[in-house]
Amino acid sequence: MLLGIDIMPQPKNLFEKVWDAHMILTNDEGQTLLFVDRHYCHDGSFHAFDMLSESGRKVLRPDLTFGTPDHYVGTGSEDRADFADDERGDLVRTLEKNADKFGINHFGLSDLRQGVAHVVGPEQGLSLPGLLIVCGDSHTSSHGAIGAFAFGIGASEVAHVLATQSLWQLKPKSMRITITGDRGIGVTAKDVILGVIARISAAGAVGHAIEYGGPVIEAMSVEERLTVCNMSIEAGARAGMVAPDQTTIDYIKGKPFAPTGAAWDAAVAYWRMLPSDAGATFDKEVEFDVGTLSPTLTWGTSPEDAIGITELIPDPAQETDPQRREAKQRSLDYMGLTAGKPLVGLTVDRVFIGSCTNGRIEDLRAAASVAQGRKAKVPTLVVPGSGTVKAEAEAEGLDKIFTDAGFEWRHAGCSMCVGINGDDVAPKERSISTSNRNFEGRQGPGARTHLAGPEMAAAAAVTGCITDVRDLLEGR
Amino acid sequence: MQPFKKLVAAGLPLDRINIDTDQIIPARYLRKSRRHPDYATYLFHDLRFDNDENEKPEFILNQEPYRKAEIIVADVNFGCGSSREGAVFALAAYGFRSVIAASFGDIHYNNCFKNGVLPIRLDEETLAGLRAQLFDQPGASIEIDLEAQIVTGPDGSQHAFDIDAFRKRCLLEGLDDIDLTLKHKDTMAAFEKAYETNFSWTCPGQN
Repeated sequence: MLLGIDIMPQPKNLFEKVWDAHMILTNDEGQTLLFVDRHYCHDGSFHAFDMLSESGRKVLRPDLTFGTPDHYVGTGSEDRADFADDERGDLVRTLEKNADKFGINHFGLSDLRQGVAHVVGPEQGLSLPGLLIVCGDSHTSSHGAIGAFAFGIGASEVAHVLATQSLWQLKPKSMRITITGDRGIGVTAKDVILGVIARISAAGAVGHAIEYGGPVIEAMSVEERLTVCNMSIEAGARAGMVAPDQTTIDYIKGKPFAPTGAAWDAAVAYWRMLPSDAGATFDKEVEFDVGTLSPTLTWGTSPEDAIGITELIPDPAQETDPQRREAKQRSLDYMGLTAGKPLVGLTVDRVFIGSCTNGRIEDLRAAASVAQGRKAKVPTLVVPGSGTVKAEAEAEGLDKIFTDAGFEWRHAGCSMCVGINGDDVAPKERSISTSNRNFEGRQGPGARTHLAGPEMAAAAAVTGCITDVRDLLEGR
Repeated sequence: MQPFKKLVAAGLPLDRINIDTDQIIPARYLRKSRRHPDYATYLFHDLRFDNDENEKPEFILNQEPYRKAEIIVADVNFGCGSSREGAVFALAAYGFRSVIAASFGDIHYNNCFKNGVLPIRLDEETLAGLRAQLFDQPGASIEIDLEAQIVTGPDGSQHAFDIDAFRKRCLLEGLDDIDLTLKHKDTMAAFEKAYETNFSWTCPGQN
């Protein structure tokens, strides 16, 4: 301080830097109008297009708006126009019509780039560090792995962004989760984020934008970081972010929509300034050591109900809070489980490998490494996150490994993660799923979902029961 | 949008944490038009109805006099999970005008305001007290005064709540926020111009 004037700029964290760069104005009432760099739409976005049409408005920036059908698309038929029924087919066709009517970019079913919006954005180089990205889907938090501020919004907000390329927001608080320790064999990014959510709870980050940092995150690939940030919403966070680094820059370089030439140089120079300044502060700090993590999966109906594969199903009686105790008992009843028993050895009925959480090429490679030379004992779907991922997997021969093992190799879409395209789990069936939500009925009414990483899912597929994947990794 | 000023209505106590939007409306109904005449039956559908579409009598919304409730009194993390605005379309279609909880899923919280449903945050202890009263006196009323930012329980106890001024005004006046935003269109255009100059690399590259 000099003469009472602070001559040093206030240190800022990553989130604050991105937020500040997008502030159009802050009104007298404390709400900030933010500029939106990328808006992803999907076949569930029809409410917003209806609202726009009803009010006679146009899309302000069609050049920044990208649509691809994912939630309702069929995955099982060679004919991609084969839908579960006409009602669902209509939603996919409606997106195409709206894309045409409003002039937005569209990766339709005949386009190799079609896929789950949160897989497509990063792989096309549309999601970049420092951008503000929204989509009418809660897992938009995924794109924060690139160093963007990315969050899900509702249909009315989608309509607002379509009409104005902006959004009113109250500034969320910031939270840093520093992840340290040595990841053991078989411990994946999915296990790390499940472990974090179990620790801080499904409401632990409500109202916060998370920055994940520390040596474990720094050592992760971008695809692993995407898995981590994807599930930020399952801890209640507004967004999850990772500071861009050389790994990020190498990942983006050469992607189809990534900047090139002088624009690339300007972008990289800017991205290098984005990481949180030394001395930047956060409203909340959490440290998480992965040293004791084992492959992790959920036993209950909230993503916070996660335990290591070697642990026993917790006893609700141990919960001191009566509401939590009741919730955990309800979960056990719904899942058909008994407290104090292991998960290992439980018979499973169905396995799903895919989704915006674990539908990228590295996930498929990981699942294939377990499936190779083994045979599925239960119906197993492998659904690539995009047509691009599918093509890449086929070029590597992963499809052959899966089909030789008796897994079904499908087209790209959300599929059994949300169970609304016709791929669902029957009542009381036990499913091991690489997706993000184990809510009651999520994969179909009465479905019992255990969330896990791709290796654990593949292990359950080839043994027919919940299995510690490390037992299958020996010699591989 | 329907304005919200003052409401005196029966309260529905929901004694559960983490009521996710999949519970509020199962995903299979999201493909329906938001004006579908059955929308009210989608609300809490799988908690309210069995596989044969018969009411589950044990679910509180199927019990008199809770059926006529317009205010939900919940616990922590109401509306967590999916961003589906269908959850609020269903609440509004059934006739709910307000949800009181200790915390909300952020996206659901925002969605409520867009549909004339007022989400109110009160602390867990207060909520436990309000729910206990609603269990003891089924059909008891709660009063919500948005202007004064006060919830009055069945026992007359008053609880102040926070709400940001912008959303409060939009609800009180039933305003469409796209129109409000477009009043700033000159500022927005100037911002965009400067942004494109300073951050030209953000424009999607050619493919």
